[in-house]
Amino acid sequence: MSGGGVRHLYVHLPFCASRCGYCDFVTVVGRSGQHRAYVDALLSELALERELLAPRLESVFLGGGTPTFTEGAELARLLGSLPAADEVTVEANPETVTPELARLLRERGVNRVSLGAQSFRPHLLSVLDRRAGPDDVRSAVYALRDARFDNISLDLIYGIPGQSAADLDADLSNALALEPEHLSCYELEAKPGTRFTHAHGSELARQAEAMESYFEHVVARVTAAGYRWYETANFCRPPHLADGRDLRSRHNLAYWRGRDYLGLGIGAVSTIDGQRWRVTPSLGRYLAALAAGSRPPRELEELPPEVREGERVMLGLRLDEPLVLDGLEGALDGEALERLERLGLVRAEQTAAGRELALTERGRFLGGGVTADLLA
Amino acid sequence: MEQERIRNFSIIAHIDHGKSTLADRILELTETVTGREMRAQVLDTMELERERGITIKAQAVRVLWKGSQLNLIDTPGHVDFTYEVSRSLQACEGALLVVDAAQGIEAQTVANAYLAIENDLEIVPVVNKIDLPQGDPDGAAAEIAELVGDKPERVLRISAKTGEGVEAVLDAIVERIPAPAGDPEAPARALVFDSSYDQYRGVVAFVRMVDGSFHARERLRAMAQGTRFEAEEVGFFSPTMRAADSLTAGEVGYVITGLKDVSRLRVGDTLTSEEQPAAEPLPGYKDVKPMVFAGLFPTDSDDYPDLRDALERLKLNDAALFYEPETSQALGFGFRCGFLGLLHMEIVRERLEREFDLDLIVTAPNVAYRVLTKAGEEVEVHNPAEMPREIERVEEPYIRASIIVPKDFVGSVMELNTERRGRFDHMEYLSEQRVLLMYELPLGEIVLDYYDQLKSRTRGYASFDYDVTGFREGQLERVDVLIAGEPVDALSLIVHRDGAYARGRALVDRLREEIPRQFFDVPVQAAIGSRVIARETIKAKRKDVLAKCYGGDITRKRKLLERQKAGKKRMKQVGAVEVPQEAFLAVLNLDGGKK
Repeated sequence: MSGGGVRHLYVHLPFCASRCGYCDFVTVVGRSGQHRAYVDALLSELALERELLAPRLESVFLGGGTPTFTEGAELARLLGSLPAADEVTVEANPETVTPELARLLRERGVNRVSLGAQSFRPHLLSVLDRRAGPDDVRSAVYALRDARFDNISLDLIYGIPGQSAADLDADLSNALALEPEHLSCYELEAKPGTRFTHAHGSELARQAEAMESYFEHVVARVTAAGYRWYETANFCRPPHLADGRDLRSRHNLAYWRGRDYLGLGIGAVSTIDGQRWRVTPSLGRYLAALAAGSRPPRELEELPPEVREGERVMLGLRLDEPLVLDGLEGALDGEALERLERLGLVRAEQTAAGRELALTERGRFLGGGVTADLLA
Repeated sequence: MEQERIRNFSIIAHIDHGKSTLADRILELTETVTGREMRAQVLDTMELERERGITIKAQAVRVLWKGSQLNLIDTPGHVDFTYEVSRSLQACEGALLVVDAAQGIEAQTVANAYLAIENDLEIVPVVNKIDLPQGDPDGAAAEIAELVGDKPERVLRISAKTGEGVEAVLDAIVERIPAPAGDPEAPARALVFDSSYDQYRGVVAFVRMVDGSFHARERLRAMAQGTRFEAEEVGFFSPTMRAADSLTAGEVGYVITGLKDVSRLRVGDTLTSEEQPAAEPLPGYKDVKPMVFAGLFPTDSDDYPDLRDALERLKLNDAALFYEPETSQALGFGFRCGFLGLLHMEIVRERLEREFDLDLIVTAPNVAYRVLTKAGEEVEVHNPAEMPREIERVEEPYIRASIIVPKDFVGSVMELNTERRGRFDHMEYLSEQRVLLMYELPLGEIVLDYYDQLKSRTRGYASFDYDVTGFREGQLERVDVLIAGEPVDALSLIVHRDGAYARGRALVDRLREEIPRQFFDVPVQAAIGSRVIARETIKAKRKDVLAKCYGGDITRKRKLLERQKAGKKRMKQVGAVEVPQEAFLAVLNLDGGKK
């Protein structure tokens, strides 16, 4: 059937009910008339790329957009046609998660749902242009639990314009009260030039100092609740609180460990055998190409060995497990490494597995700058 | 031509008061250039001069008017170039003093008029722009007459733009300015009042023949330096180079020396004939002394050789520029450069960046100090970091400042000058509205931001000029800056004892803003000797992460990190602290104004 070795598949479903100001993913608002054509195109693209995939996948991830905004029948058809995998995640917006949808996902083999809660404070949700209210998040979680989902992830955003420390604390309490298996907590990125930054940039600048401690606060609260801070922005219940299960996102771990992955759909990125490509973000061109039976236009990027090594360091140091340096020494700036070790931000150790590198706890809060320093 | 019919003159005018336009009209009226050749403002050749409305290098153009030979010797407009102005003036017997009918006298006009008077020149006062509806020719004429001690009715009124009255100016040059008084039969003597370098022809000397004459192919000698060469060509500009058989007493022209090294012929030297040399040189010019110093460092240390070459090239045409290698622990290899003044510094920096495409860090300017050490040694210090610690006495340069302001701003100007340790000399009303204030000020107090402050406190009305009068003892202290305990040589400054605390505080505050937060707390201190006078701490960063990073983000995040890394590489490492280059300029602007 197929002879490739890629074991991780990403599928992009761009449709959304409306666009959130802060979002910079490839999204398409509405267009319900095109959902069917898009799923057709996805399946044609899958057929064209199928030979890259291993016979059995470890993970499939449906991201968006709002995958669960896709018309139910089309979503079901897509899920039914995707290859089986150990972990199948679908991203969902709370207001789209009805008991029917939860059942549909469960019946079609989805075993993990990532819910974009973002906040539980109505005024902050409105700053983010989110349609869901706090109660929608709770009902979504209950609906998923009723459908026997035992791996739910919640996304939270902090550093929202107008968010006080008390607001953040309340968001964390509300999220933890729902006892999700997994939590992703992202600092809001206000990208220069966006509508969002235009509207809220000055407010954010004013609050920058007050919000500086938010990241530390998030980590402190969530780890105090027993979660493992396994990646810069990600937390999960550890095995002893989860019937021995490893609840880290297998799909995302693949990215952070530098594994190859295939991405389908508009704007989706693949990295395979030292090449990275991104499918056209244009819905029209994507549909037209696949309707004609050819591959959609892509933007190709060669990844020479030194770039791949640099990326391995950048991604690997996001995790709480040490990075084995075997073959990656050339990507590091030795002088910077020594300096950062002296500053107590990095730890290098010789173990049975080879030379290993990890960020210290403080180093993890400064991971971006530390990694920039470390790279040769 | 016989000396009787030669007139040598300059035009003195404030920037924009119409010097170049008047020169253009003179060239046209005397048919030195035809309309087709006429390029507006023929004399200003360099691009930079055009943009800034100033002229750096003096040149001389010969015109003929009613049987007389008139040599127009161009002078720089700004007193930073006092030295060049005075060289040019020494080649003349007279000067046109041009004042804008709408603006009246400016501080520069005053300073240059004094120079001309000190050089015994016959001054022909001219009010220009009488065609402007908002002009006040009578008021301007009264001011100028008062300044030069002449009758208002002798002040010529012209419009260089329309040409009105310019013929009368030419007539006045012939009538009022005396003919040269050298001896045509004596052994030849010529003053080198400027020089230029041409890559094919070598050093071109601009000379004023005082006695005797030079012929093409004649062997000549520079009397002070002893340099010998053959005059490959002699001639004059009219307005382009015209070769001639000879230059005779009273005439102004050029000598192509064929010398390949500009340092072998100093401006101010006297040329004489090798065959029949003069016994005595002409009274020479004083050696030019740079008063303002700053470090120039390439942003990219690989550009050091390019910077050195560029300075060498500039020096060919700019005798006043001084430079010597400097090594800063913070900024690496560069040059400590000496300038006549702030404008001169600004022009050199711009030329280096524009003509030589160099990216530079210029440290805060300081003045020259004369220091007597406790050991009894006298040294001249050009760099605060080199100020000896055991000092008996320090002298700093003082200036005589002329400031002209509308009378409502006299109080603000006095207040500023008091803050800057100025000593009031006198003041006079130029008119009912305008006041001339004369002050003595330490040059060190004006090199940083005095001019900006003066302009902002007088809503832009103040006109300012100065000349250096000499050195005087001052109660000066050296303030050092320590970043994370490491002294940073490029940030040291020398300030008056009374201002040391405030300056140190301002500098430390400024650095706290300019230096980005690091992975650890960074103390920033200002100290006099071992005594810390101000301290701030740049708090360590608490977070610096890329929030999310999944399959679609990797390339973008990698590029972000690469940029972050490149940004760090551009910073200068002071111990373990990364200091952006801008921070080294913090001292330039301590009073909190925006750059």
